[in-house]
Amino acid sequence: MANFSKSSVPQFSVSVYQNAHLPAGGQEINAIVTVTSTGGGTSGGVPLPVGVQAGTPPGQRPDAAVVVMVDCSGSMDYPPTKMQNARHATAAAIDTLRDGVAFAVVAGTHQAKQVYPGSGRLAVADATTRAAAKDALRHLSASGGTAIGNWLRLAERLLASADVSIRHGILLTDGRNEHEDPEQLRAALDVCAGRFTCDARGVGTDWEVKEVTGIASALLGSADIVADPEGLIADFKRMMESAMGKEVADVGLRLWTPQGSVIRFVKQVAPTVEDLTERRTESAPRSGDYPTGSWGDESRDYHVCIDVPAAEVGSEMLAARVSLVLPSPDGSAPQTLSQGLIRAVWTDDSTVTTQINPQVAHYTGQAELAQVIQLGLELRKSGDVPGATAKLGRAVQLANASGNAETAKLLSKVVDVVDAVTGTVRLKAKVADADEMTLETRSTKTVRVKK
Amino acid sequence: MTMAQVDQLSACPSCAEPPEQGDLFCGACGSDLRTPAQRAAAYDDRPTAGMNDEPLPRLPDGPAPGAAPDAAARPESRKSGGGGARGGGTARTSRGDAANRDAAAGGVPANGHGTSAPEHAHTSTEADFLLQPAAPTARTSAERSERGDDDGRAHSTEDSATGADASPPMPPPPPPRPASAAPRRSYTPQPSQAVDPRTADPQELRDDTPGRTAEPSGPATAAAAAKPAVPRCVACGTGAIDADGYCEHCGHKQPQPRDHMEHELRYVAAASDRGLRHHRNEDFFAIDAPVMADGTTATIAVVCDGVSSASRSDEASAAAAEAARASMSVSVPRGVHTQQAMHEALLAAGKAVADLATDEDAESQRNAPACTIVSAVTAGGLLTVGWIGDSRAYWVPEDRTSSAARLTEDDSWAAQMVAAGLMNEADAYADPRAHAITGWLGADAYDLEPHTASFKPEQPGVIVVCTDGLWNYAESADEMAAAVPPDARSRPMRCAQHLVGYALDAGGHDNVTVALVPFPAPDERAGSA
Repeated sequence: MANFSKSSVPQFSVSVYQNAHLPAGGQEINAIVTVTSTGGGTSGGVPLPVGVQAGTPPGQRPDAAVVVMVDCSGSMDYPPTKMQNARHATAAAIDTLRDGVAFAVVAGTHQAKQVYPGSGRLAVADATTRAAAKDALRHLSASGGTAIGNWLRLAERLLASADVSIRHGILLTDGRNEHEDPEQLRAALDVCAGRFTCDARGVGTDWEVKEVTGIASALLGSADIVADPEGLIADFKRMMESAMGKEVADVGLRLWTPQGSVIRFVKQVAPTVEDLTERRTESAPRSGDYPTGSWGDESRDYHVCIDVPAAEVGSEMLAARVSLVLPSPDGSAPQTLSQGLIRAVWTDDSTVTTQINPQVAHYTGQAELAQVIQLGLELRKSGDVPGATAKLGRAVQLANASGNAETAKLLSKVVDVVDAVTGTVRLKAKVADADEMTLETRSTKTVRVKK
Repeated sequence: MTMAQVDQLSACPSCAEPPEQGDLFCGACGSDLRTPAQRAAAYDDRPTAGMNDEPLPRLPDGPAPGAAPDAAARPESRKSGGGGARGGGTARTSRGDAANRDAAAGGVPANGHGTSAPEHAHTSTEADFLLQPAAPTARTSAERSERGDDDGRAHSTEDSATGADASPPMPPPPPPRPASAAPRRSYTPQPSQAVDPRTADPQELRDDTPGRTAEPSGPATAAAAAKPAVPRCVACGTGAIDADGYCEHCGHKQPQPRDHMEHELRYVAAASDRGLRHHRNEDFFAIDAPVMADGTTATIAVVCDGVSSASRSDEASAAAAEAARASMSVSVPRGVHTQQAMHEALLAAGKAVADLATDEDAESQRNAPACTIVSAVTAGGLLTVGWIGDSRAYWVPEDRTSSAARLTEDDSWAAQMVAAGLMNEADAYADPRAHAITGWLGADAYDLEPHTASFKPEQPGVIVVCTDGLWNYAESADEMAAAVPPDARSRPMRCAQHLVGYALDAGGHDNVTVALVPFPAPDERAGSA
């Protein structure tokens, strides 16, 4: 019987950028691994039957389920346009659903309530269900508290009931997670991690950046601020389109490293900085998997840093084998989508050992940029003006040098830039909350190396 | 040369090919068939480098001869046993036959107005060797061709004998394995090699490598699992070898066929080693001993050194050496004057290297593949050398009271400074720029200017054809002569091994390649083993 699953899985390609040459006694190997998946994700419509769906002829039913979680706590009524905009945005997202996608809408307060279709099930998108769902949104009203963990648990239960590959959530909140302990949210995230991916949005300026970015990070989605509720509709549409473009879920970045080596870190560095080091699960001796979530037509970069046992000059070693793996639905050996090799070569030619790979240098800078922005904003909040000035000055310098114009623009709303090249800045006396939160939320956004 | 009797394995640990009686190395894949302990015990004489040597336990200053633990860890002395590497041997033999046929088919030289056979030094009454250092005589092509013309009359006259009864080159021991050294090129892998991860093209084995369609890696794993004997890592002894040639346990790259190469023909031998400081061998050599129309044997030795700052310099050196040898293997037996043959061979080598350049090299702003070349040909009592770059040829007389000589003049910064009288030799060679070469083979080598020179030695000796991996440790002719064993002419393989070991003991900072050409070709010599 023909197996259609292979042809519709996106093609993954892996490129490794590194300086493999180490001096005598050298141990640290840095490499940027660029993973690109292509396969018609954005060309639209062709669904992705993976594994169990293998027999499904392409073009019949999208293999995805989406749950939209809308904050309906009392604060959403201040101002009332906020709730209105949330309704409209959710409606726009529902309109973006492809026919055949399973979906549900959850109203979130201190508890979670299913708004549509109800009874713990998912609806299948078509003209009728989309209209019914939008109709149900009218009954959304704002009252009660905020316990995001409950929303996520309900979304997890709903998504688990669908026999699909791509499970995605969209979460909107406007306030702090006040009605449960941080531990409860943490526990809910632990339950949900790996079960579905989730984009998170904070609307207004009364929410906690770390909460929203933490949710997105744990669930391998994006985080952003929608300071102006007017912007919600476009943003929700974009998120849903991106979710509809996903072709394959649960892709793991597998790293084989030799005996005696130490993995210093594994970070996603583009499009955003995301440290994956602690999220390793052992898959075989000397080999572990890092979650990357679901993929459409896209390209991401990872920075891998490994200490290998020093070998003699003239030796060559495989420092890591990087592969993209897709778990098999029946639990058998995962499918390897693509792979690349990170090498270590010891030489006494100092002209080659002293070179830093431009990609590695660039992303080292981008990761530092994210870090100094976050540190600088923290210091600023705690009143440490010299500390904040130094960190944010460094951030301006890095953003300028790497051509990260977006971040440079956001920084200029928080500091007055005297000299971008040297990183000389002055803290602005008055900074809008929205500007500060935007900078913090988007601090992890990176740009790629200029060609 | 002694051959130690060792226990015979029932199958090659690398490719499972059953070895032939007495094989030290697998005939199919070239793997060492001796266990480390056997290897340690097998040789009591001065070791050179081993093909299966592994980087980790290697001592920086070279192993002490016969030191048991080190010798065990680093298998020494890839001697060319008589039974090694059938495949390559066959190839060589057929080439020899072809040369034979060429010779027999009437490759009779035209300019037969020379005199008689050249004087052999045994009968010569002259006390001293008449060789001059090549430098002064090899300055211009015009001078060279005049000289060559004179010498040519002397040598190219033996048109009486046919090649029919000349003994063909004996079936040779392990060849330089060009097939596996350039696996991505035109050679078709043999079935037995296809499952050997160390020699097979990883792209052939894996279907999940980058750029290929995403498919489960079935065949390679299945093939590997089906193998009765799984090769283990030479570094840690624990891990199996993955399809890319790395240990699955410690990650160390496994020895490549090119890490150590040896080849011996009846009248010429060569050895090459990766050295101790480089992670791959970018040197290459090619030798041949075609039979001339008169039944005498000519010898051809070509040594090339890949330019390390260029891309794929390992491919460059292999292509150049093969092209030059192939050119002379045809032209020399046909009676083309050796200096002319050499000139053409160097140009052929240059073209072979230039043809390797791709658009990718230009796009990535890397230097096109490049290498140096040095070659020596003896035919009919005449010795001709040719070179481009800084690889060298030395004359070392058997009678060490006569003086040795360097036959080539480097295309290097230092040599140019000395030649121009701007610096003395000591200062020039102490300069950091000393080794910058001013001539090379490659697409970016404008104005290829092959240097050739011919000599007529009047006494027996050997020609040492080598890369700077050797001559860096024996720069002057006297130093080189001191490094060459006294019995070099009768045991050229042994001498080549010795010189490689000499360079490794001195630090082995570069790839080391040396070809030994006895002069004149001995009429009688004991078997190679």
